[in-house]
Amino acid sequence: MVIDYAFIWAGLIAVAVLMYVLLDGFDLGIGILFPFLRNHDERMLAMSSVAPVWDGNETWLVLGGGGLFAVFPMAYAIVMPALYPLIIAMLLGLIFRGVAFEFVHRTERMKFFWEVAFWGGSLVAAIAQGMALGTLVQGVTVAGRSYGGGNWDWLTPFSLLTAVALVVGYATLGATWLIMKTEGATLARARRMAKPLGLALLALIGVVSIATPLLRPEYLNRWFGWPSGLYSAIVPVLLAGAAWMLWTGLRDGLTHRPFLATAAIFILSYVGLGISFYPHIIPPSVTIWEAAAPDTSLRFLLVGAVVLVPMILAYTAYSYWVFRGKVRPGEHYH
Amino acid sequence: MLSDISALDLARLQFAFTVSAHIIFPAFTIGLASYLAVLNALWLWTRDQAYLAVFEQWKTIFAVVFGMGVVSGVVMSYQFGTNWPVFADKVGPVLGPLMGYEVLTAFFLEAGFLGIMLFGRKRVGEGLHMLATAIVAGGTLFSAFWILSVNSWMQTPRGYSVNAHGQFVPEDWLAIIFNPSFPHRFLHMVLAAYLTTAFVVGATGAWHLLKDRNNRGARIMFSMAMWMALIVTPIQIFAGDAQGLNTLQYQPAKIAAMEGHFETYPNGRAPLILFGLPDEATGTTDYAVEVPLLGSLILTHSLDTPLVGLDAFPKDARPPAAIIFWSFRIMVGVGVLMLIVGFWSGLARWKGKLYHWPWLLRAAVVMGPAGFLAVLCGWITTEVGRQPFTVYGLLRTADSVSALRTDAVGYSLIAFVVVYFFVFGSGTFYALRLMSRTPEDRIGIDEIGPTRTAGITPIAQAGE
Repeated sequence: MVIDYAFIWAGLIAVAVLMYVLLDGFDLGIGILFPFLRNHDERMLAMSSVAPVWDGNETWLVLGGGGLFAVFPMAYAIVMPALYPLIIAMLLGLIFRGVAFEFVHRTERMKFFWEVAFWGGSLVAAIAQGMALGTLVQGVTVAGRSYGGGNWDWLTPFSLLTAVALVVGYATLGATWLIMKTEGATLARARRMAKPLGLALLALIGVVSIATPLLRPEYLNRWFGWPSGLYSAIVPVLLAGAAWMLWTGLRDGLTHRPFLATAAIFILSYVGLGISFYPHIIPPSVTIWEAAAPDTSLRFLLVGAVVLVPMILAYTAYSYWVFRGKVRPGEHYH
Repeated sequence: MLSDISALDLARLQFAFTVSAHIIFPAFTIGLASYLAVLNALWLWTRDQAYLAVFEQWKTIFAVVFGMGVVSGVVMSYQFGTNWPVFADKVGPVLGPLMGYEVLTAFFLEAGFLGIMLFGRKRVGEGLHMLATAIVAGGTLFSAFWILSVNSWMQTPRGYSVNAHGQFVPEDWLAIIFNPSFPHRFLHMVLAAYLTTAFVVGATGAWHLLKDRNNRGARIMFSMAMWMALIVTPIQIFAGDAQGLNTLQYQPAKIAAMEGHFETYPNGRAPLILFGLPDEATGTTDYAVEVPLLGSLILTHSLDTPLVGLDAFPKDARPPAAIIFWSFRIMVGVGVLMLIVGFWSGLARWKGKLYHWPWLLRAAVVMGPAGFLAVLCGWITTEVGRQPFTVYGLLRTADSVSALRTDAVGYSLIAFVVVYFFVFGSGTFYALRLMSRTPEDRIGIDEIGPTRTAGITPIAQAGE
């Protein structure tokens, strides 16, 4: 039997990126929501709720980037120049966001500055990631084994639309995370924020879903052709279900359901993107097989991934379990 | 403004800057993670509060520095793609999986257990907390293993073939990972990291001892650090010598440039040039201060083995001699100073005066940043010495980029420089301020316990 290593790795990289989006999504979302929290103590409480886990969450981004370098080096070599300014902006944003976790506790005079840096860094990273997504979906011009497009291809109305959608999505994840992790006035505030955010997110997913098939005819075929359209039709149905769970979770004052429902909305939207992309890793021209490294490379890393990824998931889950429950003032700070 | 410089030079400058800024943090945290594991074990073993206090103080410093290492490291995982896409495409099949293993075996491990190490002592209990601390230390060493294997393969590539796209294709993974320069480089770097940490800890201890020679925590720091300096510095000098011999075997041009040897010595008997001004245009080292025969003795461990100079290599395959001649000498000079401090402390300890000799303490304070200087100069030597290639002898640096845009590379470089100096400058300041507190201050903080509001530490206010 011939094993299609490129296909397996495309799936694994896709899962790594999805893990990143979900996990760092709520971290970044909390940063994005910083201006809407009441005061310094409340902002520190929100930050404490992710302080023990943010580093692990961001590691999925390194796995996504490093994994692409390892198993789809040609795609890595095309995508990074295509997204150049967005990647730089994202990295700089993540620098400010990441150091703020510690720095904000190390100074009195600059405390407010590092709070602003946490907000700004999270927002810039989210915008850059959203625009990167839009740029990939609208298609990348390729010349040979290199990027062949212009310097401003990443700046389009569509990429701005996906940026707004991702920022709102992350903010929704952040708000629903706070519903799980906080109590009292903060919990009430998070709930009040989650309702309009959830509605805006669903509206934006609708707009992006309509705009995407119109961008390129092949997307239209994948979504509405026969028989693939039959499978694709399941996604919107499930999405409606997740939206209903989010709504009822917020309406009935449940603590965990809103976050899980928002995560489900993310996963389904991501699957929807996957339907548009496959079998390309860079739409519209580079397929996963063209971009893949030789099988020897894919096999070597796959052996490790098969053993190590379950272990990573296990101890990551353990770490979340250790820090489970409501976060209290003064906790998760040393 | 940017038009006078080529995009290639800017890309090289950007990589040199971001990687130099990054290596400072792991050079410190690799050693500090191990030190914290030892301190925590000593606390559990002796139940002496002083060890706990020292642990808690350095744990906070570790958190600050580790955070900077993480964010500057994420930048590195994207640098290959943004500025060096041809390099990425060609070496990806060989080096990508090694870096993939670094993420899977090291980064996740460190990140997964860091939270427990920093925040989890009361939640998981002492035993599991100790385990988490040891795992974080192990993670930093795994990370060093893989990334040094990657770097060493670029210096001494083995176990590959080249396919129709010009990509390096892996043939023998063991030959790739354990390429000829890897064991030497790995040992040399891990020892360098341990020494870097030792001299920072030693300087901190000495600083406090100069003010109060009876401070328990400061004595622990200074004593442990000086044991390290005494024992590990000589080992490091032997490890460095071994790596030099390895480099002579596989990258003789690098050694010739480091030594300022433009001429080949067909009968050996090469001098050791202590100082001088290598001039690449004329092919001479001017104003050279030489010790006859010593060059051959150090490099070939014999008098009459032939020793090649830069003239044995075409001009377009020589590394820039002037830079690495000096970076190498600075590294060696710092190493000699470390050795002196180590022996000095040994003498003081033997006389029972380890905490009492003010000039030893002052010297230790001055030597605080010595490890960083040596690490940076060592890396400059080996990386600039690899030029003009990215993969030694096989892929030229100039052929590793695609059509780069000068303004994009230039402006992102400026952004990195501004942000790094501000952010990492602030972080360094915070780390220094944490070091300036005595460990006993930290015990005071812990006694306040979890009722205190997050982020408001009385000591921090007092320190403002």
